[in-house]
Amino acid sequence: MKICVLVKEVPDAAVQKRIDPSTGRMDRNGEKNLNPYDTHAIEAAMQIREGGAVEVDEIVAVTMGPSTAIRALHKAVSLGADRSVHLSDDALAGSDVAATGYALAQTLKRESPDLVLLGQQSDDGECYTIGAVVADHLQMPSLTQVIQMDVEAGPPTQLRCERQAEYGYDTVQVELPAVISVGDAINEPRYPSLKAIMGAKKKPLDALAIGDVDIAADRVGESGSKVICGDFKAPPAKSAGEIIEDEDTNETVEKIVAWLDERKLI
Amino acid sequence: MADILVYALHYEGAFNKNSLGAVSEGARLAAEAGGECHAVVVGGSDLTDELCATLGRYGAAKVFRAEAPEGLAQPVIDVMAKVMDDNGHRYALFGGGLLGFEIGAGLAARLNAGVTMEVTGVNVVGGELQAERPILGDSSISTSKYKDRGIIIGRLNAFEIRGDGAGDAVVESVQVELSPWSTRAKMVQRGEQRGADVDIEGADILVAGGRGLGKAEGFELCDELAKAFGGNAAVAATRAVVDAGWYPYAAQIGQTGKTVSPKLYLAAGISGAIQHKVGMQSSENIVAINKDANAPIFEFSDLGIVGDLNKILPKLAEAVKAKKGS
Ligand SMILES: Cc1cc2nc3c(=O)[nH]c(=O)nc-3n(C[C@H](O)[C@H](O)[C@H](O)COP(=O)(O)OP(=O)(O)OC[C@H]3O[C@@H](n4cnc5c(N)ncnc54)[C@H](O)[C@@H]3O)c2cc1C
Ligand SMILES: Nc1ncnc2c1ncn2[C@@H]1O[C@H](COP(=O)(O)O)[C@@H](O)[C@H]1O
Repeated sequence: MKICVLVKEVPDAAVQKRIDPSTGRMDRNGEKNLNPYDTHAIEAAMQIREGGAVEVDEIVAVTMGPSTAIRALHKAVSLGADRSVHLSDDALAGSDVAATGYALAQTLKRESPDLVLLGQQSDDGECYTIGAVVADHLQMPSLTQVIQMDVEAGPPTQLRCERQAEYGYDTVQVELPAVISVGDAINEPRYPSLKAIMGAKKKPLDALAIGDVDIAADRVGESGSKVICGDFKAPPAKSAGEIIEDEDTNETVEKIVAWLDERKLI
Repeated sequence: MADILVYALHYEGAFNKNSLGAVSEGARLAAEAGGECHAVVVGGSDLTDELCATLGRYGAAKVFRAEAPEGLAQPVIDVMAKVMDDNGHRYALFGGGLLGFEIGAGLAARLNAGVTMEVTGVNVVGGELQAERPILGDSSISTSKYKDRGIIIGRLNAFEIRGDGAGDAVVESVQVELSPWSTRAKMVQRGEQRGADVDIEGADILVAGGRGLGKAEGFELCDELAKAFGGNAAVAATRAVVDAGWYPYAAQIGQTGKTVSPKLYLAAGISGAIQHKVGMQSSENIVAINKDANAPIFEFSDLGIVGDLNKILPKLAEAVKAKKGS
């Protein structure tokens, strides 16, 4: 079985995120890293491989992004992926969620995966929806926010998945091929070994442009996106809260109690 | 025609509160844009004519009912795509919830439509809908316009429920053939409650704990503080710690948990992710203890304490107890 893992490069959490007012796009400059949520997807792939219920032939990391996104792929490979695929093209710049999902799906079709794994959300986008878009294009069943996943060897191979939805925990049986986004509670990602980090750059990496994967240029990028985003404005101003730096805890606690007392909360 | 189709999720014979908010909002927008608001419901025999017709009170002129498995996104995508194509709806609207995100996104792929999630407000401009979405940790709000069809997914609790509509909606059953892939996922168990059945919605004071507590036993610190407050205080939690099995699901606040608005909400070791915030932001007083000065929760706290909860919580419990006794 072949597992493709979608990974994304995101600005480091420590870096202030901002919108470039001239283009209306997210300013993605500054320190970049592999989206931390995606490390759980790679780990999930590794645990299926090591679990032995099914034979995993290959784990392939796939990303769409600018040239710097290669670093996210190297990190993914150091965490266990066998090789990686990098879709990069100027025509993709400014793609909205639907266009990004379409482009990723076209890229994935070339790999014919049995299972596509992805993270629960990208650290910078806060939309947790790419999985559902990709799945519809690939015509595969799909589930997001999965926190427990057990493989039942087939045929057909199935996944028994658990996740929290609006009314409690749901258990869903999903037949492969499928697209699954995993929550961060699913596992504890391992640390890459020094050897794996050193070797990551030597693993095969396919660099692809939109023509290589049959992506219609008029369905991606800013012009191919169906949403026009703009008119950025500040949210209604909220008076800033009081902040106490805890240096002397007795004093801090005194202040908290006084604050609560003033508001008749004790 | 700017007709709007709203997905109404239901469970055990009742419609979801956020769905009712979305139907109310859809009705308001349709009236302003000169169209109609319709609802779509998917499920089994529990979706009686009577139950479906009640959506009229929230402003739905018509309800499309399809028989298909519920609780999963893809059958609903099949139904909504067909209903929208057959009836020419331009917009689809969802209340906040996990399924809405999945259905809306899949529907955008199916219909090649534009989609916006986490929407907190929708406006009619020139007969068309525009959606407002807070981005970058709610530090900015962007406006989405749609070139063609638009799919709008609300943030939890974003749309107000208005149940004063005309009366019964017309109910129309629709037959939809499910896509082959939609039938390859099957619900084995839905809505399982894990852990004790605790009540956090009735509490005046909530001491909420997150991953910063370090381990399940960390909740003892929260329990102690809640006990010190006495009376109507309870302990709540984030999804991170509920999923980890540290605390019961019934105590979870947020997107896939409860919505609360106590007099005092005190967070210990909680980062303040959007999906948590949507469930507690209307609390009267918000106090946060976090060792990271950059934690998002400080952006919406009334009192923020930058420090180690392990040092602060025990002393705070003592001090509250002493104050109560005095
Ligand atoms: C579709 C979807 C639905 C979701 N639904 C929900 C939901 O219903 N409810 C919910 O809560 N989340 C939900 N989430 C998850 C949410 O995005 C966050 O991951 C989660 O809220 C984080 O929980 P946390 O704050 O406990 O953990 P973290 O984000 O890991 O934060 C832990 C915090 O503790 C602090 N800390 C660590 N040690 C200490 C110490 N010794 N003293 C003081 N502070 C310390 C850290 O600085 C950090 O800020 C959902 C996510 C998605 C994608
Ligand atoms: N440009 C991208 N390239 C590859 N994977 C992506 C990309 N954008 C999002 N993803 C994947 O989709 C997941 C959810 O992202 P999102 O829907 O953007 O919150 C991420 O954790 C990634 O696994």
